[in-house]
Amino acid sequence: MSNAELTAAAQESELPSLNRQILERRALKSGLLTTLTWIAAILASIPLFSVIYMLVVQGGARVDLEALTALPPAGFEMGGGFGNAIVGTLVMVGIAAIVSVPLGILAAIYLAILDPSSKIASLSRFLAKVLTGMPSILAGVFAYAAVVLLMGTYSAWAGGIALAVLMLPTVVLTAEEALKMVPQRMKDAAFGMGCTRSQVIWKVVLPTGLPGVVTGVMLAVAGAAGESAPLLFTALFSNYYISELAEPTASLSILIYNFSGMPFDNQIELAWAASLVLVLIVLVFNILARLFGQPKV
Amino acid sequence: MNATPEAALDTAAQFSPQGEVVMDCKLDKIFYGDFLAVRSSDVPIEKGKITGFIGPSGCGKSTVLRSLNRMNDLIDIFRFEGKVTYKGQDIYGKKIDPVVVRRYIGMVFQQPNPFSMSIFDNVAFGLRLNRFKGNIEEKVEKALQRAALWNEVKDKLKNSGLSLSGGQQQRLCIARAIATEPDVLLMDEPCSALDPIATRQIEELMLELKERYTLALVTHNMQQAMRVADTTAFFGVDISAGGRTGYLVEMGNTKEVFENPQEELTRQYVAGEFS
Repeated sequence: MSNAELTAAAQESELPSLNRQILERRALKSGLLTTLTWIAAILASIPLFSVIYMLVVQGGARVDLEALTALPPAGFEMGGGFGNAIVGTLVMVGIAAIVSVPLGILAAIYLAILDPSSKIASLSRFLAKVLTGMPSILAGVFAYAAVVLLMGTYSAWAGGIALAVLMLPTVVLTAEEALKMVPQRMKDAAFGMGCTRSQVIWKVVLPTGLPGVVTGVMLAVAGAAGESAPLLFTALFSNYYISELAEPTASLSILIYNFSGMPFDNQIELAWAASLVLVLIVLVFNILARLFGQPKV
Repeated sequence: MNATPEAALDTAAQFSPQGEVVMDCKLDKIFYGDFLAVRSSDVPIEKGKITGFIGPSGCGKSTVLRSLNRMNDLIDIFRFEGKVTYKGQDIYGKKIDPVVVRRYIGMVFQQPNPFSMSIFDNVAFGLRLNRFKGNIEEKVEKALQRAALWNEVKDKLKNSGLSLSGGQQQRLCIARAIATEPDVLLMDEPCSALDPIATRQIEELMLELKERYTLALVTHNMQQAMRVADTTAFFGVDISAGGRTGYLVEMGNTKEVFENPQEELTRQYVAGEFS
């Protein structure tokens, strides 16, 4: 053997091969699993995108100024829209937010800061978790018994309160999480500056945790906007724009439910268009939640 | 010389400060629940000086420091027996509001802890808290200048305080603490989370601050105590009673404590024989 051959042989025995071996068992397994997760991810997003696709195709053409502002058409009438339902949904979601957000945030302050380990706190935390899984129609039953029977009429109040019952646990639990994320060292700093406990909460903990709280509120609002069951026998429906809060009120979800079962093409088209608008409203709240949700900590 | 606790007590009592004593801590016992954390230690803090607290881990030096503005009150199981007088008033007295105490006796913490708000708002926080009526901009600028941070942040006062580097954040916290002109500034290992350059800047800052404020400094770093402290209090741990109870072993001029300690325990500690 020549000198050069010797060195080559020596190098071969010393240096392990670092090249990629595509057909090795380990590589094959890895490739297979990666492909599987890809397929699963795509399959999981098919329902979402097909729903949006259907809504845009079927309803997109009817979303115009008339649909957004006009009143619902009667039987064989052409045209018309669902302006009153958009207003009704926004009004009732607004009532729900006005009731549930302050109550929820105050409860979250108690759960996260004031007395996190007390019996009342763990009990209400547990109940809130149970409530998040409650069938939404039960919120409607509650509001029917508590508001409709009391007022003697279906109303925006009753619908709003039913939605508030649904929103409350989400607001409480997400706000509690957000407030708990505020680092202890910031609270220490505030106490060290001579803050009272309420000043620490209002001036430091709430502003710092606000993005998370807003995210929770937005998600709760988005969820409530799409609910139909709790409105069925609380707000009922109305063919006119809302003129006072103590009367039956239209909502998008109930309009979709009513119109999609009718034997008229015009109404069915409007139901598609209303569905698209409802999804867009929910989407806007979700996007707002994302925008506000950048944590500052 | 021996290092028995009794002997240590005698020496500790012997330290007689030369200058005016702003805060006089005469603590008898500090408990966490049933646990005796610190016992009989007299720590006078002189006006316009830096008093360094050194000692091994668990000796209670931070506990003692945090007792000086009642920060420990936030811990439910904390119990203080003894007296801490600030300008003659016992801050543990029945009529004392700890919230007001903390406005006169400020604190800088181990971890830089700016609020999640702009640099300006961080410094203005205490002023607004005290409903300061004058020119806030001017006060904020002055505090940032005294904290040696103004030149670095003057063009970005609207940026978040959390966007600064660790050393800058700590100087921001110092600026925030001095904006309301407290009398005494307690610093609990303010450099332990910082790199050497930032540490040196904070140390220089402390030397400037003592012209106007009285400082008490807990530090793990003996060189730091030697560099900045005028008076040094050395705390030890007594394990004779079963638990780990801290106590003041020796207190005196920093030079004396490091070069000519009266106690064997102090000598061993400053010689680096244990930590």
